[in-house]
Amino acid sequence: MRGIIHLNNPYGDDKAIESCSIFGMMDTTGRRFGGRDVIRAIANMHDRSNGLGGGFAVYGIYPQYASYYAFHLMYLTVEARWDVEEYLKQNFNLIWAEEVPTQKTSGIVDPPLVWRYFLEVGNLRSEGQSEDDYVANRVMEIDTKLEGAFVFSSGKDMGVFKGVGYPEDIAHFFCLDSYEGYLWTAHGRFPTNTPGWWGGAHPFNILDWTVIHNGEISSYGINRRYLEQFGYQCTFETDSEVVAYAVDLLMRRHELPIEIVARIMAPPFWDQIERMSRAEQDLCRTLRQVYGSLLLNGPFTVIIAHQGEMIGLTDRIRLRPLTVGVKNSMLYLSSEESSIRLVCPDLDKAWIPMGGEPIVGRLKISEECPGVVMPQEVEVS
Amino acid sequence: MKTYLPPKFIVDRNPSRCIQCQVCVNQCSFDVHYYDADDDEVRSHEENCVGCHRCVIFCPTQALTIERNPLDYRENYNWRPEIIEDILRQAETGGVIITGMGDDKRQRIYWDHLVLNASQVTNPSIDPLREPMELRTYLGSKPERVEIEPDSLELKTYLAPQVELDVPVMFAAMSYGAVSLNVHESLARAATESGTLWNTGEGGLHPKLYKYGHNTIVQVASGRFGVHPQYLDVARVIEIKIGQGAKPGIGGHLPGEKVSAEVSLTRMIPQGTDALSPAPHHDIYSIEDLAQLIYALKEATNYQKPVAVKIAAVHNSAAIASGMVRAGADIIVLDGLRGSTGAAPKIIRDNVGIPIELALASVDERLRQEGIRNRASLIVSGGIRNSGDVVKAIALGADAIYIATAALIALGCTVCQQCHTGKCAWGICTQDPKLAKRVNPDIGSRRLTNLLRGWSLEIKDMLGGMGINALESLRGNRLHLRGVGLTDTELEILGVKMAGS
Ligand code: SF4
Ligand code: SF4
Repeated sequence: MRGIIHLNNPYGDDKAIESCSIFGMMDTTGRRFGGRDVIRAIANMHDRSNGLGGGFAVYGIYPQYASYYAFHLMYLTVEARWDVEEYLKQNFNLIWAEEVPTQKTSGIVDPPLVWRYFLEVGNLRSEGQSEDDYVANRVMEIDTKLEGAFVFSSGKDMGVFKGVGYPEDIAHFFCLDSYEGYLWTAHGRFPTNTPGWWGGAHPFNILDWTVIHNGEISSYGINRRYLEQFGYQCTFETDSEVVAYAVDLLMRRHELPIEIVARIMAPPFWDQIERMSRAEQDLCRTLRQVYGSLLLNGPFTVIIAHQGEMIGLTDRIRLRPLTVGVKNSMLYLSSEESSIRLVCPDLDKAWIPMGGEPIVGRLKISEECPGVVMPQEVEVS
Repeated sequence: MKTYLPPKFIVDRNPSRCIQCQVCVNQCSFDVHYYDADDDEVRSHEENCVGCHRCVIFCPTQALTIERNPLDYRENYNWRPEIIEDILRQAETGGVIITGMGDDKRQRIYWDHLVLNASQVTNPSIDPLREPMELRTYLGSKPERVEIEPDSLELKTYLAPQVELDVPVMFAAMSYGAVSLNVHESLARAATESGTLWNTGEGGLHPKLYKYGHNTIVQVASGRFGVHPQYLDVARVIEIKIGQGAKPGIGGHLPGEKVSAEVSLTRMIPQGTDALSPAPHHDIYSIEDLAQLIYALKEATNYQKPVAVKIAAVHNSAAIASGMVRAGADIIVLDGLRGSTGAAPKIIRDNVGIPIELALASVDERLRQEGIRNRASLIVSGGIRNSGDVVKAIALGADAIYIATAALIALGCTVCQQCHTGKCAWGICTQDPKLAKRVNPDIGSRRLTNLLRGWSLEIKDMLGGMGINALESLRGNRLHLRGVGLTDTELEILGVKMAGS
């Protein structure tokens, strides 16, 4: 898939440099809602992107196929589709396949073919390998070995929709107002060095993890070299890819909770650590000692999501914006507060979190597990 | 035998300034200046001058200048003056030419062909005067991952011993015997004050300096000089010295004249006897023997201290380093072609070993390819001159840097390369009490502390410029480097791109 890499970083820069608008919205009760507000909110930040990339992630979108891996694929050619379908049949039980519905949109030029597949792993994986590992490896294989095809969504009961264009045009193209989910994230992209390639838009996805990102990570070189030691191939040469793999490594493979992951990606300063309790000092020091190469340095805001959880995080000196809004059970994360106010003028609460402080929205399961975990221990009704 | 060697320097004394005070006569330890009472005039034996500038700095009327003797030979690129004179020297002595300091030849200095990045527009630079900027570094073996109790978030992973550095620059091994005790004390105090480490070298640790043990790396070398339980106990880190950049593959020789009463006490050898370090450790003929020594030292210190292994950078450093990590070394030290010495055969100093930049790049890359880079810290040394070199070394993949020559220069050394003579006019590389007292540990430690402070301020500026506020984000981050004037092969080994690409 040289062509795709080539398209994403055509001048062979260290990586694609970009900046963006980000928005996330989650109903912590799990109630599913349509895309209207998300689309209006991200469109309100039109000027933060330049029409070279927009995208959405929606969770709780395929309840009828909730137990199957939902693959979204982009194809440059019909032949590519035949190859991939052959590959999928060999490696999975193919439950259902269909073309993703799209409509002609004036801002969207020359779109690829977009298909989706619902897949079951069955007993094709090897002994001792988890289903997730098996699927992640197959995704890497399709992206690196099969010409002209790209998997841009591979989780269960969730879907990513993205492409070249302003986010509101992408939403129209993919008919997103006809979908419902309990958690939506949205992204408008402003790359500086690429003509824009569909796969290069955000959200970046692996399994049911998605990352949308605003910023430029100056530690990219070492983050990438570190991840390569664990077998990740950073073929897209973007910061968001690195964030996605870091999240996959830390949360899925090393089984660390998000509070810990936040302290790895945006750790407290050494002199803050020195003021902590003994046990906390040990924890934070150990994390920095072991995972120093995954510290994300330089300006960034990310919204990371997976089934049941949405996390907002900035770099530790907050060089990129993030605003949080809460209204009843709804949690909003946005680059700009105006976008939250546009869709919810009467917020219960809105604030700007501290640099490096994770804002976590979780599905409300019981009284002991509040939907939104906030540093000040604010209860969300 | 009449020597055919011409004087190297001309000592120019301005008669209208010279007041015959004889300060130069007292300061020069190479017997250049002398007072002629009959004529009431100070004169010079210029042939003895080594160009160390001690007299120049101390002359109260600035009457002295030292110039290179312009004596020209017929131009010949092959038979350069230095080569002719080395032959003359050997024809007159029949011996191996011994010298001090590091390789002074023109092999490529890669630091000068690497340039750094800075943020513009897409990414703000960070001002270290206004924002925190972290240089803290931990040396020691790290596990691949951390395990956490999911509910209580309690730590389930405990790390092997880690050593904290406030600045990633340490003082490299220089033995007591080669340098004076005052130099050791200056280094020890400066390291303690700056939150870094100094290294005893292979000559043991004088009991007077045990109190600086928390900032001390003690060396265990092939001669085992001064190695005893207390020596290991007071140390923070233990370093096994296999080789040294200035003289890969050969041992050391401290002449009996330098083995004074104090040196004899510290080295645990009789006064006045030669201290010979064998070329190899005679209990290490292979990698599994190294593992035994590493674990013997860990056992002896109850697994409380990281064990470092130092090698000279040679052709197969990457494979050797990988073996060392697997043998249990917590820290790997690579000493490059330009590494210094108190005394080494000149032919070896200038011809054996490889540049540290290339060794560092290939060792870091190999350990990453094998997925064991986290298991050991990587320290490099050998000709690091300033904070720019330090930052480039870290971007190539080093955890920390050792300096030796730069530290001695801070104490007055002018790199005159006479360390092996024991006559160092700056009182550094000598055991002559009259000379050694020229280094005052109060002042010496202040000069060294100042140097490290200056470098750390500069490192912070460079980091901030790159939009980075913690050193770990630069470590191994080769995208912040670009090469200028390098071939494709050199760029490939260094793992950096050409400037402009
Ligand atoms: S002090 Fe140094 S520079 Fe001065 S005459 Fe003696 S050797 Fe030469
Ligand atoms: S330590 Fe002394 S003898 Fe050695 S180079 Fe420096 S000034 Fe010269």
